[in-house]
Parts: sequence; C-alpha cells; structure tokens
Amino acid sequence: MKSLEELKAIRERMQGQVGLRSEDSSQTRVVVGMATCGIASGARPVLTTLSDAVQERHLDNIAVTQTGCIGLCQYEPIVEVMEPGKDKVTYVKMNPEKALEVVEKHLIRGQVVQKYTLNAENIK
Amino acid sequence: MYRSHVLVCGGTGCTSSGSEKIITTLEEEIKNKGLENEVAVVKTGCHGLCALGPIMIVYPEAAFYAMVKAEDIPEIVEEHLLKGRVVTRLLYDETVTDHGVTALNDTDFYKKQHRIALRNCGVINPENIDEYIGTGGYEALGKVLTEMTPDDVINVLLDSGLRGRGGAGFPTGRKWALAKANDADQKYVCCNADEGDPGAFMDRSVLEGDPHVVLEAMAIAGYTIGATQGYIYVRAEYPIAVERLNIAINQAREYGLLGKNIFGTDFCFDIDLRLGAGAFVCGEETALMVSIEGNRGEPRCRPPFPALKGLFAKPTILNNVETYANIPQIILHGPEWFASMGTEKSKGTKVFALGGKINNTGLVEIPMGTTLREVVEEIGGGIPGGKKFKAAQTGGPSGGCIPAEHFDIPIDYDNLISIGSMMGSGGLIVMDEDNCMVDIAKFFLEFTVDESCGKCTPCRIGTKRLYEMLDKITKGQGTLEDLDKMEELCYYIKENALCGLGQTAPNPVLSTLRYFRDEYIAHVVDKKCPAGVCKALLSYKIDADKCKGCTLCARTCPNNAIIGVVKEPHAIDQSKCVKCGACMEKCRFGAIYKE
Repeated sequence: MKSLEELKAIRERMQGQVGLRSEDSSQTRVVVGMATCGIASGARPVLTTLSDAVQERHLDNIAVTQTGCIGLCQYEPIVEVMEPGKDKVTYVKMNPEKALEVVEKHLIRGQVVQKYTLNAENIK
Repeated sequence: MYRSHVLVCGGTGCTSSGSEKIITTLEEEIKNKGLENEVAVVKTGCHGLCALGPIMIVYPEAAFYAMVKAEDIPEIVEEHLLKGRVVTRLLYDETVTDHGVTALNDTDFYKKQHRIALRNCGVINPENIDEYIGTGGYEALGKVLTEMTPDDVINVLLDSGLRGRGGAGFPTGRKWALAKANDADQKYVCCNADEGDPGAFMDRSVLEGDPHVVLEAMAIAGYTIGATQGYIYVRAEYPIAVERLNIAINQAREYGLLGKNIFGTDFCFDIDLRLGAGAFVCGEETALMVSIEGNRGEPRCRPPFPALKGLFAKPTILNNVETYANIPQIILHGPEWFASMGTEKSKGTKVFALGGKINNTGLVEIPMGTTLREVVEEIGGGIPGGKKFKAAQTGGPSGGCIPAEHFDIPIDYDNLISIGSMMGSGGLIVMDEDNCMVDIAKFFLEFTVDESCGKCTPCRIGTKRLYEMLDKITKGQGTLEDLDKMEELCYYIKENALCGLGQTAPNPVLSTLRYFRDEYIAHVVDKKCPAGVCKALLSYKIDADKCKGCTLCARTCPNNAIIGVVKEPHAIDQSKCVKCGACMEKCRFGAIYKE
C-alpha cells in the first residue's frame, strides 16, 4: 500500500462489517421473522439480502436481526422496521427484490413503502 | 457479507478455560446447519470479564454468553443463529433483567468504563489487519506523515497530558521531545512489553487483542524523533501475544505500513521483536535495553538517560504498551478530547487488572479519578461472601496498600503517591479481612529477593535482610526493635539502590507498616496473627460443646493428629498437627476453629 487512498478504500470496505459489532440504542432495528413458517416461505434469502444491502451501503445505524414467529404465518416472510421514536412498520409477503426496495426507499430515504405493508393487505 | 458475527474471546484467560474448543465446535455446528456463509466466527482479544470466560458475543443482537461450554454450542446455533431466539438461560445474568435483555454497556461492570486503550480488544480479530483498518487503524499514522511535523506531534502529546502508563508517569510528550532534540545518526523506538508485576495483565491483553495499535504508535514515535528501527521487548511467557505480534508485523510489512517509504513519503520504519527470558528486572528501562543488546539484563546508572544514550548508546525512547495504545486515538481526536477525561494532573484513562478477593476478576479501563470504592464495589462487583474490604494493593512489588480509610480516594498518579502507594502498571489486588498484611509484605519481598539482579548491594542484601525480619515476625519471633530496624533499612534501600526495582522494593513493607502497624504488633507482642494466616501463630482447636464425635475429622487428618472415640468430643494433638486446615473444612458442625 502506498497511499492514503488505498487505506481509505480498505477502511470503507471493512467499516460496514466491523460496524455490525456495535451496541447503540439509537439504532434502527430491522427484524425478519425466522420461525418455521418464515423459513418455509423464504425468509432466509430476505434476511441475507437485507443484511448484505445494509452492510454494503454502510448503513451503520441499522441492525438487521431475526426473530421468531410474529403470529401472521400466512403473511410470511415478514420484515419489521423499528425506528426509535416512530411507529413500527410491518412489511409482509417479502422477497429479496421487495427487500431491496425497502432498503432504498425506507431505510435510506425514509419513505415507507406502503404497498408492501400490512396495512395495504385487506385483513378481514 | 455476513449477517451475524459471533465473537469468541481468544485471550489468555478464555483460552485457558477452553475457548479454542468452543470455536471449533461452533464452526462445525454452523456448517452442519448450512450457515457458514451467513454467520462469521471471529476470534478476538480480551473482553475484560475474565472471571466469566469463555466469553462469546453474538452480533447484531449483542447477546453476551458467559461461561460457555462446548455442549451448549448446538443449542445456541440451533436456537439463536438459526431461529433467532436468544438462549437467555446461558446469557451473562447481569444482562438479563425483568424487562428483557439489556445492553452489555449498561451492566455494572461496563457502565463506568471508558475504553480507549482497549477499544478494539474483544471487538476485532487481532490476526486480521483489515479489521483494524476498518475501525480507523493506521489513519493516525497517515495523518502524522502527511499533515504534521514532528513538533506538531510532540505538542499534541504535551497538550493531551498523556503520562507514561508503565508506572512512573513521566509525561510522554516531554520524553519524545528530549529524544528528538538529541542529534544522532541512528535513534531507536522501544516498547516495554515485559509485564512482570504479579497480577498484572493489561499489556498482554492489548498485545493479544489489538497488536496493530502498538505498531502504529511506534511508527508515529519513529517519525517524531527521527528513528527508523523499533524493538518490542515482550516476555516469552506470553506466547499468544508473541504469535499475534509476529502476524501483525508481517501483515503491516505486506501492506507497506512498515518498511520503506510508508504512504509514499520519505519515512522508513521497521519493527523487530525481542523476547525476554523471564527476569523481572528487565522491565526496568536500562536493563531492558542492555538485554536487547544481547547482554545480561542488569540496570546501569542514570544519567545519561535513554533519550540521550539508550540502546546501543544511541538516543532511544521507551514507552509502555498501554501508553502507545492511547497515542493513535489522541492524534485522531485531538489533545483536548483526551485532556477532557481524568483529573487535573492525570489525564485520560487507565487500565487496571482486577484480582484477589473480588467477584469480577478481569480487566477494566476507567477514567482517571474514579474512586477505589467505585472500582471495587460497582465495577468489580464487591467482595465474595460479603467479607469486609481491608485494603487494595496497587503497583505490585513496587507499590503499596490503600487501606479502607482511603476507600473514596480518586485514583490518579499523585493521589496514590501521596498515600504511599503508586499507580504502577495497573495491577489492583483486593484484600479482605482474611488476608494478613505482614504475610502480604513478606510475599512481595520474597518476590523482589528472587528477582533482584544482584548488581547493587542495597538491593541484593538489603531486600534479603528485610525478608528475614518479616519471616521472623510471621513466626512469632520478632521484637519491637525489629520493626524500627526494618523501617530504617527500608529508607536506606530506597535511597541507595541503583534502579527502580530496588528503590521501590521496600514500599510494600513501608505502606503496611504505616497503615497496619497494629497487625505487626499483634504478631510481635501478642504472638497472634489476627487474620489467621501465619501458621506458626495459630492453632486449630475443637469446641467440645459443638463436637458430636462423628470422627469425620479424625479420618480426614493426614497426620492422625485428632484423637477421640465415637460420639465423644474429639481433641487435636498440637504436637502432631501440621495446620493444614483440612479438618475445619470437613467439619459439619462448625466445631473446629483456629486462634
């Protein structure tokens, strides 16, 4: 390595990964339902897509984690976004493409993707 | 990209309690479940809570598993890593509250800590330079080489108020300025990693958990004083630290962060390791340099100080591991940031190795000026068994005791000196009512007698005579004149010994005489050891009213010293008793006591 630019490049590549190891109550939590129902309907690729996208874009303030059954098994895979001081947003019937859209629009630009939320589903 | 990182401590403490096995089991289980591309297993340095090892933290949840056993691993992988359910049963119980799992940083042990020197310990993989760079590593070196002059660096250090963490507390900026001011064709930068105080392991943890920070700071030092070669003198008893330093040096050379023309500038710097062979005196600066030169490790007179004539008779700076570990952060965050922590004359933080009679044995980094009470009662979790605090020993064999009456003293360099102890490298041994202070002084003297290099008479013979007098007292053969003679000898050694080892060796005696003279007098006049430690002064007895005559003690005694018949009170034959205490441990009725 002969320049500061190269050092910076390594830093940026690693920052997202090492940043995962932080503990901060001001973090936004993105939780993926990973019970049997979630896994069966394809939650695993959703989880890995979200996790990769957040790290690649250095969204240090966002933690992607998993949880058990949320109770709405027919709407799995479910992703919940919990931002401090805001109402929880629940996305349903997710897939990797939809997950990326949520990252771009909601997590980065702060616009809830209404069409994928539980509210948009007509629950009787 | 991994969605989850599992950090397992690979420090000496956790390694000895089996973390290697945990890592291999974990990797196997993760593979079995097909998670190897989603979950990363990272071997880190010390987290500080050595008493609870092996330690494992799972991110992003930051779930802190303590005292992990290999047989728990399948459950953790299945439940937590696969299904996302934290195994609460296996968490460190301080993090589990009625309201769920709290953050580790909110527990008593971590709450009051402020980690600068230890910031990467337990967070990054020390064997991967990229992770160090990912947390801002080598940025300070880049800044120094491209934006700052050597005088700028010295001014930043002077303004920060950083003092040497090896014990004496000499201002680091002034040390560097002196070495820079001396012209020479060759200068050297040395790192003192010959941590020898009994009970101290701060430097080991930094080297094991974050070796690159030392390399980076030494390169900064080289640039500042105009040196091109550095040496790390590390004790051979730290095999993990040596291995990780070797890996770190090779990685840094590969990246061009050590070697020629670092960051494309004219600055060249390289570092080599030198292993100490286990002599305590080699932690003394002149002896350390003599040892690096390949000679027998013995100190020499100062002046000339190393800044003028050090290693190979060239200007040299020698700093302790922890001092170096602070420097890159000071460069990056500025001297004001560092000076905002601590007390008026002692800035920043200090790492302490907590040991002795304390619940949370381990490593803590606290701002200077934290009181001893906070360290022992809050961070350390108090004394096991609800026993009473008697004293804390700081500074190892060179330091002294802080008695209970100074429990609220803010810990910094000057306060500790004023009460007859010293900061030392940061070992903090807690003692309760069961510790005999004469015995403690004798223990440290035995250590210095062993470790005295023998070059100067006051230390070689003086410490031996001191030890003999202490031995006499613990055997109940001392006189009151001995106490006065001891004190006189202490001052004589302090004034006349050649190096720091001898000059500070009497400190444990002087400080125990100062605060616990009554215990000495009890040994000399009453022929009693109040704490019940000195064997020659106590005898085991059986309370005939409480003894049920179960014969358990008689069967336990290794020397058949207990006589008596079944269902009749027993008695101990004092002429045969070897005072091992086995009978007292075994008795179910509390009938055996010592006095």
